[in-house]
Amino acid sequence: MPALASLVCGFIFGLGLVISGMVSPTKVLGFLDVLSIPSGNWDPSLAVVMAAGLAVTGIGFALVRPRTPVFESESRWPTASTINRPLLTGAALFGIGWGLVGLCPGPAIADLATLSPAVIDFVIAMMLGMVGYDLWQSRAAPQIESKVLNTGTADG
Amino acid sequence: MANFTPISAAIGGALIGLSAVLLMLFNGRIAGVSGIMGGLVNAPGSDRLWRIAFIAGLIAAPLAAGLAGYPVPMPKVPGNFAIIAIAGLLVGFGTRLGSGCTSGHGICGIARLSPRSIAATMVFMAAAIIIVALTRHVIGG
Repeated sequence: MPALASLVCGFIFGLGLVISGMVSPTKVLGFLDVLSIPSGNWDPSLAVVMAAGLAVTGIGFALVRPRTPVFESESRWPTASTINRPLLTGAALFGIGWGLVGLCPGPAIADLATLSPAVIDFVIAMMLGMVGYDLWQSRAAPQIESKVLNTGTADG
Repeated sequence: MANFTPISAAIGGALIGLSAVLLMLFNGRIAGVSGIMGGLVNAPGSDRLWRIAFIAGLIAAPLAAGLAGYPVPMPKVPGNFAIIAIAGLLVGFGTRLGSGCTSGHGICGIARLSPRSIAATMVFMAAAIIIVALTRHVIGG
């Protein structure tokens, strides 16, 4: 049942990406290109996607927060609270990659459905980057390896 | 703002939010795609199935939309093979190091008013905006 619920959630998420147009790198880059504001070609759609997503998630999380999940024994709310160097460095590296091609993980995975060679290239490299991070972590701190790996998704 | 599509953006964004709320309600998990992907590599077997299922749903959505007659155009990714691969490596490594991406930090994290996620989102947005300004208006322009 958790897998079925997860499948449905992934599907709804993907529909959201398709309907909002966020599966299109052109639309994402059209938002990130703020220098196009004076020419009138700027596309603020991504901001609307985030605003609507945040409104629903904010209200929904507040309602769900006190509850035990339907199919699991406990909720895994993120617990990390310090703004540290890995967070900011990682976000900067991610932002550079995102700005280069207009793909972030969700839309890239959804776009695999089109069998676009460029997207397949991107997703393979992205997975290598993730595996590379895990290898680097386990080398840098072998004594806390299991701990790092298990809390690697501290925020999402 | 000829390319602005506020209505479909609002509907799509609301669906993404709904997905995040339902995943927490049913499975107690954060709908962060980089976190779900990253956990695939090193999670124990019992923790793997829900991740694969979420990704399968994510890929199935454009296929279903296409079958239903909704236009799903071929994504136009700028740059050559090498640039795209470098971007992929940066996104993969960066989202793991920074513990999240647009969904985990940008939607789920900010919705929880997490200072970490607000900071991360400001940084990756700023970095992406600078890179687009450079590639489109300084180098490309």
